[in-house]
Amino acid sequence: RASQQADTERLSRWKKWRRTSSKSLRKALSEVKGLSSYLVLWQRDIHSIEGKFGTGIQSYFSFLRFLVLLNFIIFILMFSFVTLPIIISEYGIFNSTIAYISPKNIDDNCTIYEPSGNKGLVYFYTYIKDLFSGTGFLEVTILFYGYYTIDAVWISIMRYNLPLAYLLATFSYLALSFLWIIKRSGEGFMQNLVHDADPFQSYCNKVFAGWDFCITDPNAARLKHRSLHYELQTDLQEEKLKQKIAERTMKEKLRIYSLRIFINIIVIAILSGCFYSIYRVTVFSQENSNVSIRNDTRTHSANLLVQYLPSMVITLANFIGPLIFSYLIRFEDYTPAFEIKLTLMRCVFVRLANIGVLLFSLWSQISDCAADKCEPCGYNYKLYPCWESDVGQEMYKLMIFDFIVILAVPLFVDFPRMLLVTHCSCKLIQWFGYQEFGISDNVLEIIYGQTICWIGTFFSPLLPAIATIKYFIIFYVKKIVLIHTRKPAARPVRASASNFFFLMVLLIGLILAFVPLGVSIAQIPSSKACGPFRNFNTSWEVIPDTILDFPTVLQQILFGMASEAFAVPFFMI
Amino acid sequence: AYKRFSELLPKEERESAFSARVPKNQILTLPELRANPFQHRICHVFSTSETKDDSMSFEDFLDMLSVFSDSATSDIKSYYAFRIFDFDNDGTLDRKDLEQLVNCLTGQGEESRLSSAEMEQLIQNILEESDIDKDGTINLSEFQHVVSRSPDFARCGSLQR
Repeated sequence: RASQQADTERLSRWKKWRRTSSKSLRKALSEVKGLSSYLVLWQRDIHSIEGKFGTGIQSYFSFLRFLVLLNFIIFILMFSFVTLPIIISEYGIFNSTIAYISPKNIDDNCTIYEPSGNKGLVYFYTYIKDLFSGTGFLEVTILFYGYYTIDAVWISIMRYNLPLAYLLATFSYLALSFLWIIKRSGEGFMQNLVHDADPFQSYCNKVFAGWDFCITDPNAARLKHRSLHYELQTDLQEEKLKQKIAERTMKEKLRIYSLRIFINIIVIAILSGCFYSIYRVTVFSQENSNVSIRNDTRTHSANLLVQYLPSMVITLANFIGPLIFSYLIRFEDYTPAFEIKLTLMRCVFVRLANIGVLLFSLWSQISDCAADKCEPCGYNYKLYPCWESDVGQEMYKLMIFDFIVILAVPLFVDFPRMLLVTHCSCKLIQWFGYQEFGISDNVLEIIYGQTICWIGTFFSPLLPAIATIKYFIIFYVKKIVLIHTRKPAARPVRASASNFFFLMVLLIGLILAFVPLGVSIAQIPSSKACGPFRNFNTSWEVIPDTILDFPTVLQQILFGMASEAFAVPFFMI
Repeated sequence: AYKRFSELLPKEERESAFSARVPKNQILTLPELRANPFQHRICHVFSTSETKDDSMSFEDFLDMLSVFSDSATSDIKSYYAFRIFDFDNDGTLDRKDLEQLVNCLTGQGEESRLSSAEMEQLIQNILEESDIDKDGTINLSEFQHVVSRSPDFARCGSLQR
C-alpha cells in the first residue's frame, strides 16, 4: 500500500483524474450489475439453493432456467412469423386477407381431410380426452400443423408467403438454439480444457487455490469442506487404481476385456429389446386409433390408454435402462470417473434413441405402401390424410405424459418416502433412507423433454409455449422436492464439468433432432390435404421454388454460394 | 472501508479509530472471515502489532482488503497466500505446513480428515508437482511458479465487495 501511495504522488494531475474517474465508473458499473441481478429470473432462488446444496445442484437449476428462456424465445419466433399473420388476417386487421391457391395436378382423393372437430352434442369427457390426446377439438386449432392450410396472406398490398415463413422459422429456431448452446458452452469448454490438459498440476491447484474466499455462510463452508475432502480422496483413489491397472498381468487383462465385450453385448441386446418393443407398441397404438375407412371418418374412439401406450413404454425404458446400466458397469472394472461417464453416455443414448425409434415407426406406418395404399399421393393418404398433424399429436402426447410423470413421481414416491423415513423407525425403511438428488438423471429427463420440443415444433407450432410453461412449473416442483425431501449429496459434483456436460448432451439432442426434421422436410411428401405445403411435393420445395422466382442475378449468386467451391471453406470458417 | 472498520470498534473508541487497534476476536466477526478456515492465519499475517496479539489497526485492515480485492496483482496475492499458508512462519512450506493446510481445507472434526496414508500420498504428489529443487520444502519462488499456472487461483483469492 505504501508503494501505491508513493506512486500516486508522482503522477500528474491528468492521470490522477483519469484514475479517479475510472474508479468511480467501475463502482457505478458494479452497482448496476448488482441491481440487474434482481431482474434475472429466479436469481435469488438459485443463490439460496447454491448456498444450501452446492454448485452441482445449482447448475441443474440454472440449466433449467436457460431452457425456459430458450423455449420462450423459440415460441416468440414461431408465433410472430407463423401464427400471428394468420390471426391478423382472420380478424381483418390492416386489411388483410387469406389467399388459397387451389392445388393443381393432384388427385382429389388426396385432399379429403375432415377432422372430426366435435360436431353436435358430445359428452363432456370427450373434451378431456381430446385435451390429452390432441385430437377432436384440438386438432383444428393453431396447435397443430393442419390448421395452417393457407398459401399466402395479403396484408394491405404486401404478400406474405406463409409456407416460406414456416420453413424459415423452423430453420431459424434450430440455428438459434445451436448457436446459443455453443456460446454458453464456450466458457465451460475453456475450463474443461485446462482441467484435462494439466493433470500433473491438479493437486497443487486443488490445495493452494481450493478455498473460495467469497463464502460467508457457515453451511456453504461446510459443503465446500466436504467437497474438497471428497475431491482429494477420489483423486488419490484414482491414482492408486491407475497404478493397479498398469500392473495387471496378461491373463487378467484378457479376462477383463472378454468380460467387457460380453457386457457390451448384453447392453446392445437390451437396447434392441427396447427399440423393438417401442416399434411394436407404436404400430399397435396407431392401428387401434384409426378406425373404419368405410365410414369415412377417423374417429379416435380408442381408449386413452392405447393412445398413450408408446409414451408409457418409452418412459418405462428410460427408467429401467439406467438402472440396469449402473448395475452392469460394476463388473467392468473401470476407474470411477470413467464409470460415471460411460453410464451417462449409455443413458443418454437410450433416451434419445427411443424418440428416434418412435418416429421411425411412425414413418413406417405413414409410408406403408404395400398394396398400393399410397399410389396417388406418395404416402398412406387414407389413414393419414394429414400426417404432420399426427406426428405433432404424438409429440404432444409425449410431452404431456412426460410432464405428468415428472409431477407424479414426487407426489407418489418422494413425499411418502420422506414421511415414512421421518416417522417410522423400522429398520428396513431406515435403510432406504432419504433420497439423494440425482443430478444426471434429472438433467437427462429435461434434455429428453427438450428434444421432443425441438422435433415437435415443426409439426405443432405452439409446442414451445407448452414447454416453457412445463419447465416453469418443473422448476418450482423440483425446488420444493429438493428442500423438503432430499439430503445434501454425499458426493459433491464439480460444477464446471457438469455445466459443460449438460450443454454437450443438449447439443447431442439438438443434432439428433435435425435428423427426423430433415427427413420429414426433404424426404417424405407433404400432405396434400392440409398444411402450408400443399402445393409442393415435399416441404423443402418451397425454397427452390422461391429462388426460381428471384431475379436471375440473385439466382446466380445463390447457386454460386451453394456450389461446393464456396460452401466448404465457408463452413470450415 | 473506514465505516466497516469503525463498526468493529466498541463505541467509546470510535472517535479515534485511526489510531486504535481492534482485537482479534472482533476481526473474526467479519462475514468474509467468519467461515474462512484460514481466519487465524490471515489475522496473524496482516497484523503489525508489537505485542503479537494479532490485533489490527486501520492500516492493517486496509492492507488486508487491498490484497483481497480484484485489483491486486497476482504477485501480491501469491506472496500473501504463501505467508498465510506458512503455519510455522519459517519462510518455507514443509511437510508439516502442508499437512496443516490440507487439514484446514477438509474441515474441522475427526471424520473429515484424510487418513495418514492418504495424507502421505497427497503431500508426496504436491511436492512432486511443485518442488523444483527437490529439497522437500516449497519456497516462495516455487510457490509463485506453481500458482501462476493454476487457473483457479485468481478467482478464489478475491473478496467481493
